[in-house]
Amino acid sequence: MNEHGPRVGFFTDTSVCIGCKACEVACKEWNGVPEDGLDFRATSYDNTGMLGANSWRHVAFVEQARPVPSGDGGGSGVRWLMSSDVCKHCTRAACLDVCPTGALFRSEFGTVVVQADVCNGCGYCVPACPFGVIDQRKDDGRAWKCTFCYDRLGAGLEPACAQACPTDSIQFGPLDELRARAARRVSRLQEQGTAEARLYGHDQGDGVGGAGAFFLLLDDPEVYGLPPDPVVTTRDLAGMWRAAAAAALSLAAGVAAVFAGSRR
Amino acid sequence: MGRGGATTFQQDLRNSDCIVIMGSNMAECHPVGFQWVMEAKQRGAKVIHIDPRFTRTSAVADVHVPVRAGSDIVFLGAVVNHILANGREFREYVEAYTNASAIIDPGFRDTEDLDGLFSGWDPDRRIYDTATWQYEGLDVLPAAAHAEGAAVGEAHGQGSSLHGGRPPSVDPTLQHPRCVFQLLRRHFARYTPERVEEVCGVPRDMFLEVAEALCANSGRERTSAFCYAVGWTQHSVGVQYIRTAAIIQLLLGNVGRPGGGILALRGHASIQGSTDIPTLYNILPGYLSMPHAGGGVQTLSGYVERTSAPGGFWGHSDSYIVSLLKAWWGPAATAENDFCFDYLPRITGDHSTYQTALDMADGKVPGFFVIGENPAVGSANGKLHRQALAKLDWLVVRDFCEIETASFWYDAPEIETGELRTQEIATEVFFLPAATHTEKDGSFTNTQRLLQWHHAAVVPEGDCRSDLWFYFHLGRVIRDKLAASPLERDRPVLDLTWDYPTSGPRAEPDAEAVLREINGWGPDGAALSSYTELRADGSTACGCWIYCGCFAQENNQTARRRPGQDQHWVAPEWGWAWPANRRILYNRASADPQGRPWSERKRYVWWDGDQGRWSGFDVPDFKVDMAPDYVPPDGATAEDALRGDEPFVMQADGRGWLFVPNGLVDGPLPVHYEPHESPCANPLYAQQANPARQRPRHRHNPFNPASEGRGEARAFPYVMTTYRLTEHHTAGGMSRTVAYLSELQPEMFCEVSPELAAERQLVHGGWATIVSTRTAIEARVMVTRRVAPLRVGGRIVHQVGLPYHWGQRGLSTGDSANDLFPVALDPNVHIQEVKAATCDIRPGRRPRGPALVALVEDYRRRAGQAPDPGADGGRA
Repeated sequence: MNEHGPRVGFFTDTSVCIGCKACEVACKEWNGVPEDGLDFRATSYDNTGMLGANSWRHVAFVEQARPVPSGDGGGSGVRWLMSSDVCKHCTRAACLDVCPTGALFRSEFGTVVVQADVCNGCGYCVPACPFGVIDQRKDDGRAWKCTFCYDRLGAGLEPACAQACPTDSIQFGPLDELRARAARRVSRLQEQGTAEARLYGHDQGDGVGGAGAFFLLLDDPEVYGLPPDPVVTTRDLAGMWRAAAAAALSLAAGVAAVFAGSRR
Repeated sequence: MGRGGATTFQQDLRNSDCIVIMGSNMAECHPVGFQWVMEAKQRGAKVIHIDPRFTRTSAVADVHVPVRAGSDIVFLGAVVNHILANGREFREYVEAYTNASAIIDPGFRDTEDLDGLFSGWDPDRRIYDTATWQYEGLDVLPAAAHAEGAAVGEAHGQGSSLHGGRPPSVDPTLQHPRCVFQLLRRHFARYTPERVEEVCGVPRDMFLEVAEALCANSGRERTSAFCYAVGWTQHSVGVQYIRTAAIIQLLLGNVGRPGGGILALRGHASIQGSTDIPTLYNILPGYLSMPHAGGGVQTLSGYVERTSAPGGFWGHSDSYIVSLLKAWWGPAATAENDFCFDYLPRITGDHSTYQTALDMADGKVPGFFVIGENPAVGSANGKLHRQALAKLDWLVVRDFCEIETASFWYDAPEIETGELRTQEIATEVFFLPAATHTEKDGSFTNTQRLLQWHHAAVVPEGDCRSDLWFYFHLGRVIRDKLAASPLERDRPVLDLTWDYPTSGPRAEPDAEAVLREINGWGPDGAALSSYTELRADGSTACGCWIYCGCFAQENNQTARRRPGQDQHWVAPEWGWAWPANRRILYNRASADPQGRPWSERKRYVWWDGDQGRWSGFDVPDFKVDMAPDYVPPDGATAEDALRGDEPFVMQADGRGWLFVPNGLVDGPLPVHYEPHESPCANPLYAQQANPARQRPRHRHNPFNPASEGRGEARAFPYVMTTYRLTEHHTAGGMSRTVAYLSELQPEMFCEVSPELAAERQLVHGGWATIVSTRTAIEARVMVTRRVAPLRVGGRIVHQVGLPYHWGQRGLSTGDSANDLFPVALDPNVHIQEVKAATCDIRPGRRPRGPALVALVEDYRRRAGQAPDPGADGGRA
């Protein structure tokens, strides 16, 4: 997509995720992300809660009661979904659009990165993200999120989370290749009887123009805490400015008309 | 089968057509190795997880079978019965490679005849006389050896015959009523799907699905694998759990073949290594047995006579022990002085970790070293251990941080309750900071017998030192102090070869020099390449015969790191696996008796007639030029006494043992016994629990009442079981101190079903108190459908899940689950039963201080246990 080489991405295949959280730990170790609080959340095995300034990977654990299929004897009436979430590195990234300082930028790898030494802590990016990923630290208010291990990419390494993942649930590579691989994987799973397998974030026609980090899910996105139909929050910005400008013009015209009328 | 290690390697799991994970939560506790299970699944293998809880392993398995903790032998025994009753065994394999045809002594009586006991039981001494378990017509062990009973368990790979040899009478048609095959049929006939439903709480259909999956995925074209961990071993009948799986795998022909085998998953980086070069009291390096003071003959020749076998590689035990003695005592060890055999200490009885703790609590042990363990948290009945530590004169703890075992004297739970008082504890505690693996050279021997070398990356900080540094210099200082001693008793220390080269300002010993000594050298001083080069004449030295070859050609073979993609799939040039760099043991069995692969799909090692040698993907586990049609001549010894179609080369008869005539202290065949503490009566036999189990009576080791048969058991109506979480490391010393891990599982919790939560008014996210007659602990409540109530014998049994990582120290603190459990042990290997015991659970936090003791006392009264909590009578 650019002169630096292909855009890279993550394909997270949640059907092989074992919830080991090696991605969370590897991310924190490599990037020096602070501890995020020792809180027992009683939310299955998830004590991270959500992505934030101090958690750039988050493994969701979803326990579901399922009817026990009769006859084949399989199943315990339980399904336990696990999925490692991360910044989506959107094709149309609202955080990037609203950043006034240029701290957020599109890298030569097609990823979206915050430069900590440029960020001024204005926080505009936080409500701009349709996934609730980017977040400010409480200390000085600067914004933090997954950098796609920008430093590692520059050194020819894969991101720490992908390298740590023991089952290849997190796969790293050129986005085009990952999309093709994901399409094969989802159709294979469906052939094997996992009808509920579907991709999320792979579609370039979606509200964010397709995500750089996309997923194979086994249930609706909401189940994993993902928005079903994310839309870049700056989508309507140009139109809104046009509308505002039109309104301003109308107002000005009206005011002018009033003054013009009053001279009579 | 003959060796104390996994028969296969994790990468080989990808070749399995069916993987049964039982007694293990592999995805959570071995997540890296689990990638090959996932690879097998993607290739179409069926993955079955059998476990009391629905875990992260179950989440990605094809089938999860919830089972009552402590009932596995009923399930596995029913698989055996399913195979035999339906003729699903791999007949050619069974006939050729197992001891199915051997005829057993006419005096043998099965548990079918004696309602849960085998012949030879001595109710007073609570041990078996194994004379009637032998092959008919074969000499039995000399009586004196029985004194060692409890001490022989680990030796020779947990139960191969030292005596014996080929059975004198066999029936190749497998029809003789006393042949092993028929004994097996009769013994397991009562293990039916109905019994599985009744005892394990597993619906019949679900059981049959598993049994059929195993049968359908075994045979010439297909193989199935078993993976287990401490979910099997940590029972009072744990060794027999594994035995039952071994019987299944032998009947189905899944041993020695790709995608087959039994994978013993070890819970630490070098647990396998710590039994190979043992930290155990009753074996020497390489599973040679430790000499016993009560063993009668005290000479080297007497030892060799008792430890060598007429057939197979134990026929060379003289070479192994003499080479070991030469490695330790060098020039001082001569043929004239029995190679210093007298320098070896003698054991006098059970000196295992739990017996030592009991002795310590009785003031019989003055000093204690604790390294790589945290018994105050990690061992069953933590209170016993802390009380014991308080009776020591001195205690040395080497660890990364001040763990609970080092700090017990001021912050143990018993300090809070008033049961211990700091000012009354005389133990002098030496806490010595240890270096981590990144700060020192050395090797790990992992779960699949693979030695992998690690290099020091940084110098340890401050006073932190490697274990090698500590022991080398401790030995050096002791030897300096004794240098002028005229006493004969000091000769073993002074005559030791203790001359490892050191380097650097801290005089760090050279770890490779130690590995080279373990590997051994020949008469010319050059490193040996194989244990077949060892000699009994003192011309060779070898610190551990099964590791011989790890330093072949003067190269550290364990440091090889040729990437897997640059080799064929077995990857023999990554690290070095004992023995002889073999990755699958007994791999001669991957070929048929004539030496041809059983099938093209499962070819692994085969006879190459043109070359006149065994060939294949792995190092053949067989004499490389012994033809399949070889028949030993009269007078042949050791491996030459085995035939060319007998693949179990460590056994005296070259066969895989369906029936174990020798080496186990609690029976030649597995039997379902209830756990030492169980809410259920044994529905299969009058014998409730393993009669030979160890259940030490001690004031600090009281037991809950045994079964519902006695009404008082209602004080402790629930089953509890312990386990690990991915996020923490065993007793927590390496994870509760690390923020990135502690935040992922920040508090001790218990897992209960919604039904139990309703029954006991437990609130999700709130607190619960779990009570046994040892103590009470508190935990946050996790109500989850992943723990299902089970219908057992017409009633509902609830199970309480307890991770055991917590203690009072670190970033993440909590009560220790092991404090709830008694010391009740498997008699073969002295492993504690912490996978099944009984408890009560109640809402809210536990009382503090003396009120905690009062609560437990109240329970004891209700259970009718006071005033003698250690007592248990009858045929329990």
